[in-house]
Formats: sequence, C-alpha cells, structure tokens
Amino acid sequence: MSIEYLGLDSINGPLVVLEGVQDAAYDEIVEFSVQRTEQKLGRIIEVYEDKAIIQVFEDTTNMSLENTHTKLTGHSMELPLAPEMLGRTFDGIGRPIDGLGELNYISKRDINGDPLNPVRREFPRNFIQTGLSAIDALTTLIRGQKLPIFSGNGLPHDKLAAQIVRQANLGKENNEDFGIVFAAMGVKHDVADFFRRTFEESGVIDHVTMFLNLADDPVVERLITPKVALTAAEFLAYDLGKHILVILTDMTSYCEALREVSSSKQEIPSRKGYPGYLYSDLASMYERAGIVDGKPGSVTQIPILTMPNDDITHPIPDLTGYITEGQIVLDRTLAGKSVYPPINILPSLSRLMKGGIGEKYTREDHQAVADQLFASYSKVNDARSLASVIGEDELSDTDKRYLSFGEKMENTFIGQEIDENRTIIETLDLAWDMLHILPREELNRIDTKLLDKYFDEDR
Amino acid sequence: MKQLGTIYGINGPIVYVKGRTLFQMSEKVFVGKEKLIGEVISLDNDRTTIQVYEETSGMKPGEPVYSTGSPVSVMLGPGILNNIFDGIERPLKKIAEISGEYIHRGADVKLLDTEKKWPVHVMVEVGQEVIGGTIIAEVPETKTILHKSMIPPNIEGRVVEVVEDGEYNITEPIVKVKQLDESIVEIKLAQEWPIRNPRPTRSRFESSIPLVTGQRVVDSLFPIAKGGTAAIPGGFGTGKTMMQHQIAKYSDADIIIYIGCGERGNEMTEVLEDFSELIDPKSGNSLMERTSLIANTSNMPVAAREASIYTGTTLAEYYRDMGYDVAIMADSTSRWAEALRELSGRLEEMPAEEGFPAYLASRIATFYERAGLMQNFNDTEGSVSIIGAVSPQGGDFSEPVTQNTKRFVRCFWGLDKALAHERHYPAVNWLDSYSEYVGDLAAWYRDNVSPDFVDNRRQIVEILHQESSLMDVVKLIGSDVLPDDQKLTIEIGRVIRLGFLQQNAFHPEDTSVPLLKQEKMMEIILYLRKRCKSLISHGMPMSLLKREDIFTKIIAIKYDVPNDKLEMFDQYKKDIDKFYTKIMDKNA
Ligand SMILES: Nc1ncnc2c1ncn2[C@@H]1O[C@H](COP(=O)(O)OP(=O)(O)O)[C@@H](O)[C@H]1O
Ligand SMILES: [Mg+2]
Repeated sequence: MSIEYLGLDSINGPLVVLEGVQDAAYDEIVEFSVQRTEQKLGRIIEVYEDKAIIQVFEDTTNMSLENTHTKLTGHSMELPLAPEMLGRTFDGIGRPIDGLGELNYISKRDINGDPLNPVRREFPRNFIQTGLSAIDALTTLIRGQKLPIFSGNGLPHDKLAAQIVRQANLGKENNEDFGIVFAAMGVKHDVADFFRRTFEESGVIDHVTMFLNLADDPVVERLITPKVALTAAEFLAYDLGKHILVILTDMTSYCEALREVSSSKQEIPSRKGYPGYLYSDLASMYERAGIVDGKPGSVTQIPILTMPNDDITHPIPDLTGYITEGQIVLDRTLAGKSVYPPINILPSLSRLMKGGIGEKYTREDHQAVADQLFASYSKVNDARSLASVIGEDELSDTDKRYLSFGEKMENTFIGQEIDENRTIIETLDLAWDMLHILPREELNRIDTKLLDKYFDEDR
Repeated sequence: MKQLGTIYGINGPIVYVKGRTLFQMSEKVFVGKEKLIGEVISLDNDRTTIQVYEETSGMKPGEPVYSTGSPVSVMLGPGILNNIFDGIERPLKKIAEISGEYIHRGADVKLLDTEKKWPVHVMVEVGQEVIGGTIIAEVPETKTILHKSMIPPNIEGRVVEVVEDGEYNITEPIVKVKQLDESIVEIKLAQEWPIRNPRPTRSRFESSIPLVTGQRVVDSLFPIAKGGTAAIPGGFGTGKTMMQHQIAKYSDADIIIYIGCGERGNEMTEVLEDFSELIDPKSGNSLMERTSLIANTSNMPVAAREASIYTGTTLAEYYRDMGYDVAIMADSTSRWAEALRELSGRLEEMPAEEGFPAYLASRIATFYERAGLMQNFNDTEGSVSIIGAVSPQGGDFSEPVTQNTKRFVRCFWGLDKALAHERHYPAVNWLDSYSEYVGDLAAWYRDNVSPDFVDNRRQIVEILHQESSLMDVVKLIGSDVLPDDQKLTIEIGRVIRLGFLQQNAFHPEDTSVPLLKQEKMMEIILYLRKRCKSLISHGMPMSLLKREDIFTKIIAIKYDVPNDKLEMFDQYKKDIDKFYTKIMDKNA
C-alpha cells in the first residue's frame, strides 16, 4: 500500500493519468501530495493494466507532471462515523471544520452505500405535519419519503426548507430521537449561515450534522458531499435508531459538477451535455431514503434544486422527478404576486400521500378535499384566461366564482406567514371555507356522504 | 468453470480481457476474485468485452475471468411465483437472509430453491413418445397455479423411466428419456433457458379475446388483446406505475410478471405488501400467488437492468408454454433503453439519436415480438401480453424511445401532464391514444358483453372528439354564445370525462369495474344525451336542463352503483325519463 509514485503522465481538467502503477483497483481512493505541501484526494475511475485514470476531488491547479506524489489507499471512499457527529460541521468530504477537534470514530463505511433490498424496506406511511397548508393538504410529507423542492434562482426555497425544519414534527413532540443532516453543494456562504442560524434559533442545532461544500470550494468535491451526508444519515438512522431528515442543496450544482467531469472524460453526452448515467447517479442517492423493516429509524430526504431557466423539463428536475416520490414546485408568477410559499400546486405531487392520510392519520375527507382543490384550481386558470379575452364582467356566474376561489386559494390557503404553523385540521377546515365559494354541483370529486357532512348549502 | 483470461481494464460495469480469447459471445462468465457474474458482449482479435452484473468497485487488473461455457440463463421451475428476484433471477429474500438489508455483491445464491420438496403428479408413462413441451408432471406451485413441468425444447424421444407420484425437489430426475440418438437424458422439475432467446412455439395467431383490465378507459376505449402489446408513455407523476399496478391487480391474466426496471425500491415493496394482502377475485387467494416480481431498482447495477427485461420475458414465456395467459408489466422500458445507452457509451460505440445506440429500435422490436398468442408444442394455447411503461425525457413524446416503441406496439395509452395536474386519473389522453385491436375484438365484445358495445364505444369516442373541438372555441369566447345542441355536447362530454373516464384507483368500488357495468354506464350516458337532444329539439334551452341534478347523479354512478348491483341502472333510466317529463310538463 505504501508505494509512492512520483510524477503523472497527463493532467486534463479534473482528470489525471498515472502509468506504471501496480495493484490499482477500480474506484480506489488515492492520495496526492503536491510539492510535498498540499494534500489532495482522487478516485480511480478507469484502470487499464498499469494505467489508472484518476479524478481529482480538489482543483488540479498547482499539480504538474513532476511535482506530484501519488499513493494508493487500498480502499474506496470511506467516511468515519461517530454518534457525536450530530452537532458538528464538516467539509464537503467529511473532515471536521468547526474547530471542535477530532471525533471518537467507532466505524467507517463506504460512502457509495449498497442498495437497500426491497424485501427489507418498509413502505412509508407516517404523516409529518409541516404546518404549511399547501404541503400538508396537497403534497403531504411522509416519514421516509424523498420529496424534493423544485425551485428557481431567487425563489424562497431556503426559507421554505427552514420553515419545514422549524415546524415539522420530526419527533420532537413524541420524544422520538431525531436528527437533521444538512449537505450544501456549491451554495453561497450566506445560505449556509442562514441555515445554521435557523437551526440555532429553533434549538435543534445539537441535532444537526452539516457537510459544507460552498461556492468557492472545489467543484469536483461536490460529487462526494451528498454521498458522505447520506452515509452519515444512514448510520444515524439505522445504527442509532434516529429519524433523520436530510436536506441536500443545491442538487443543480452537484449535477453541473458531474457534467464537468463527464465532459473532461470526453464521454458521449445525452441531453444538454449531461451524461447518460445522470439518472442512475441521482438514483443512487435519492434511493437512500426510506425505512428498513424492523429498525427504529428512518431517512427522509428534502433535496432542493434550482431549475435552470425555471424549466421543469430540464434534465435535472426531470430525472429527479422520475426518481423521487413527488415534488414541491415553486413558481415565479406566484412569488411575483407576493404569495409565500409560492407553491404551484398543480405540478406538485406527493406519491406517498395516499398511504399516510385519511381517517387513520389525518381526517376522512383529506383525499377527497385534496382531489377537489386540484381539480377546481386547475379550472381557475381557464377562467382567468377567458376573463382576459372577454372581460371579467362577461363571465358566467360559475366562472366568476372560480376567479374568487383562485384568489382565496392563493392568498389565504397556499399563502401563509413565515412563522404560521397550521394544524392539519385547521388546514382542512380552511379548505372547506374556500370550497364554499363554489356551487355544490361543481364539487364532483367529493362523494355525496362527505358533501352532506361538510358542505353547508346555506352558507 | 475454467479460467480463460485475466482482467486488463475496468470502466464501471465494463471489463476488458486482453488478447484473442476462447470465450463465446453472450457467454456467462465469472469475473474477478469475487466471481461476479458477467456476460461476454463482444469479441475481437485483441480484446474481449464483458459487462458485469454487479458493482465492480475494488476490482483490479490481473484478476481472473472464468468461463462457464453457457449463455446467461434463468432457471425455470416451481418456485418462481409468489417470489421476487433481481435482474438475473437471484431471489431477493434469500439474499436478505444472507446479507441483511443491503444487497452486497457476490452473494452466492441458488436461483430457485433446490431443497424444497414439491408434491409431484407424474403425467407420462414409460414408452410414451415425448417432444419439447410435453407436460411430464403437475406440481401445485401456489394455491392458485398448477405448475406444469415440461420436456425442455430440443429434446425428443421415448420415456424409459418415471418416478412414482410423491415429493421431489427440482434437482431430482422425474423421468428419463431415450433420445433419437439413443442417449438418455434425465428430466427434472426445473430447466435452464438463455434469457435472450425466445422459447419456441408451434405457431402464433391473432388474438380475438381482450385482456380485461377493469379499467374503463382501457377496456371500453382502447382495449388490448390477450397476447397483445401496449405502451404507456408519460412524464413523471402522470400515472404509469399506478396503471401498471391496477392492471397487474385486476386483469384477467392467469399470471403476472412484474418487472421493476430501474424504478423505485418502495414501489416494489408496495407491490409485495399490497399483492400479498389483496385477494384475487378469480381464485380467492392472494394476488402474489399468481405473481412474480423482477426488481432491478434504479440504484441497482445497470447491466442487470438491461438483463431484467429478458429475464422477465423468459419467465413469462415459460408459463405461456404451460397454456397460461401471462401479462408482463415492464416499468420502465426507458430505463432499460438508458441502460443500453450507458453500456454503449462505455463501449464508445457510435451513437445515433440522443446518445442512444443505433440498435435501439431493433432491440425494442425484438422485445415486443416476444408477446403473442401462441399454439404451444403440447397443443395448449397460451399468451404473453406486454405492457411497457415509457418515461420520455422532459415528457416529450418525440424522443427516440417513445417513437421507436410506437412503431412496434399496437396499443398506445398516452398519459397527459395536464390531465394529471388536474388529477384526472387515469390520465390517458383520449385524443392521442389508440388501440389497433378494436376491430379484432369487436366480435368478442358483441357476443360476450352486448351487441351494442362497439357502437356505444364509437359514439362515446365521437362525442369526446366533438367536445374537444368545441372547447377550443369556448376557451376563446366562452360557452354562452354556443347554440344549445353544442352546449349539450359539452355537457355530455363532461359527464363522460368525470363519470366514465375518470376512475379512482383508491375507491373500493371504482378501482376495477366489470365490463357489463362499463357497458351500462356508456348506455345510460348515451340515453341521457338522447333525451336531452329531444328536449332541445322541443326548444328547451340547455340552461334549463342544467338546473336539474340528473347530470351530477349520472356522474356519481361510478361510486353509487356497486359492481354487483347492476339492476340499479333501471332506476337511473327512470330518473332520466322523469327529468324529461318534468321539463316538458313545466315548460311546454
Ligand atoms: N388511477 C389513479 N387513481 C388515483 N390516483 C392516481 C391514479 N393514477 C395515478 N394516481 C396518482 O398519481 C401519482 C403518480 O402516479 P405514478 O403511477 O406513480 O406516476 P408515474 O409512474 O407515471 O411517475 C400516484 O402517486 C397517485 O397519487
Ligand atoms: Mg412510475
């Protein structure tokens, strides 16, 4: 293991080639020492006989064909693990940076993880109340779910994620052990600070592990950060039995780093220059959410991504949506109307919602009310565009009612204060208030029994 | 197992062996010290290329590669049903017993349980001539399915020895056959078959029987035949998986092979949990008793994803050979195509469209060609129907996988984002979707459901098309200016969309609906239209008609009329008549 090779055979962007190596393994981690002063890490991404192609996690500036010593480590990328990781801050590849010293590591694990066996998963069914009506009523968050926020530059996704962290019943009420793993990929310092302040102010900072690869940190290192974070999350969840909420932000920066490495390898791109394996690569992280049958903990993921050009068909949101269990989509038009949180409910979805709502978990009318709100809100846009053509006054009475339903929905149901924490019952009652704006015969998603119970004709 | 080479290079799931080797094309090989399973995918003078079905991390040049002499195959025998396998038929429950909640590579497991003793009833006698396909024994594989062990294809001869009825495992010989060349072969309950070769049949014929799914938009509007092919393209969240689950649960196939190809782990867990609890109305047993799952979830190795489609299809063909109607759900064929693309990219092949290899179309064609209604060599008839989900990039149907799939399937159930957004499920777009089986199945519907079925269906489709063109106008000028007969078309279109096409998978009554109820629903909607037309021709304005609650009532039939109380439709007809007379009397 301890052989050191002096010099490199080529350097090209984040990739270097080393010839004449012995015993190099695919996916092995190597250590570089540049000028005997600067240490860097890399990973073998292709190997041919005695030639290794290595992806360097840090910047390759300063590296020359002569000044670099390379050492094989004999293993793939591993993260050392300790229970006291909660409350600590690490860099993007898992080294402590909070000045609180080394940890008492009790184990270490390959950061790539192994796939969970579907026969050992437990299907997630526990409702997490976030206190946000648009989410609780329409895109319900379930413990063990992976539910991303699709956002755009300048939209309040950080505020929203912070509000979820503050308000969600992660286990605080039930005295269940919980924790938050926060991974930043290429975000600005102020964003990381904002999250840290939020965790401090809501008194959970001792339960938070942060992994920070900030905007000025090496780009390729970003490829490691979410994997390190998820390895820590799995350890905390399945070894220590905690309910872990993982926030990954910004997945777009992660994907861009992946594209950069791919293009320097001269791989054949699929769409927009992204490699054909972007789907599998993202899946290998998102699929690490879940619950293991017979174990107490869980891993819930809220990845955040900014859609380039607000385009939901861009490969990053597109492939994410194909893997995650729904998505919460933020919308610039709503934000422009000062609606906070500006959640566009129509493209938003929670695929696990059906198992975690209803009489047993929330209230009997939940699914029907949600279906009705989606259906009715989708008609608001038709009414609005018709109004813009023929004028509001010319609209039929029903269409006029749809207009005011839409206003109310956006301003008082989706929209709420940044510290407003509604119970699910309050949310559902509020929904019925709005539905009373519409004539009863328009409510065709709700069956007669529920309408008789909750819809008061005389109101 | 013989070492035929050493590893020269490793690039993800692709491993190279240097030089001219003795490996065969498509041969199954064991790669490296950990003996990971792989397949030879190309042979050149100077190197052999292998795709490895497991994670290659940690593998080094210089490690051995062993030959097996046979192509990548699956084991066919009792134990396939009520079970879940990975992409190359390794049993996931057994893997969990060995390695816990995570799937570690290199797990050494038998594909089918070799210990379990099955009750065997022998079906052949000494002296009997047998050919490939002859049923030699019956085994109650699950509560629902009687397994029929067959002479493997390519074997022909006379039975020289049989065992007594009794309990046997899949490795024990059941009969011995003297072949034409005098050699004796032992036939067991299980046989191997290479996944990339279709199992032979005597002949293929056109199907005139529908695969009844209980889903109205399928059965009534765009039906699929037993032995037919269908594609479900749709962006994320439009309902592809739900639709496949619904068909797997409620269709009248004998056996379901569900291939989770590059999709979510939780969805496989859900199928396992749900199907074990749900009762199959036909047999009274749990649905898992007729189901086998193949799971290569999106985080499992990509080479095995490419294989999973063939593994599933081979299992399906095996049960077809016994005379069963088998339906394959493949979710999603796009992930399979992307696995092809990824492997092709690593091989630095010349890409065609969007990075996909030029052979994409021919691979898709070969897959769907394995569907069909067949006459088997043992004179039974069996079918394989294939229903493949397609996940177009960006939800755009013009991309290569959707387009090439469209060329080779005969049903196209296009899912629509806008419909999904307003939670109109199943979000099958009734304007873009089609079934080429409508004509082939017409006689069956006439004889088995109602003489009027085909005509009612046609009228429903026509109204929907008219409604759609009218809605384009309404969007511009509002509905007030339309003449009353057009307003009626819009109203009836609405009744069809909400009351008939929308079907709630979570509602106990609505989740699956028998054909006769589907027919009666179409009839009653058309009857309502007829009476309204008559009112309008008597000068009654649509606004007056709409004030009555009859439309709402008809829409609610799906919930209010239980599937076994179809006599209630008579009352609805009377209600329509009452509505008619009321309007006439009041306003005449
Ligand atoms: N027939 C249906 N009835 C009720 N809800 C449905 C139906 N089809 C789809 N859905 C809803 O849509 C969501 C997404 O469906 P899914 O099949 O997972 O989409 P896809 O596989 O196309 O991404 C489901 O979680 C469910 O909430
Ligand atoms: Mg799906």
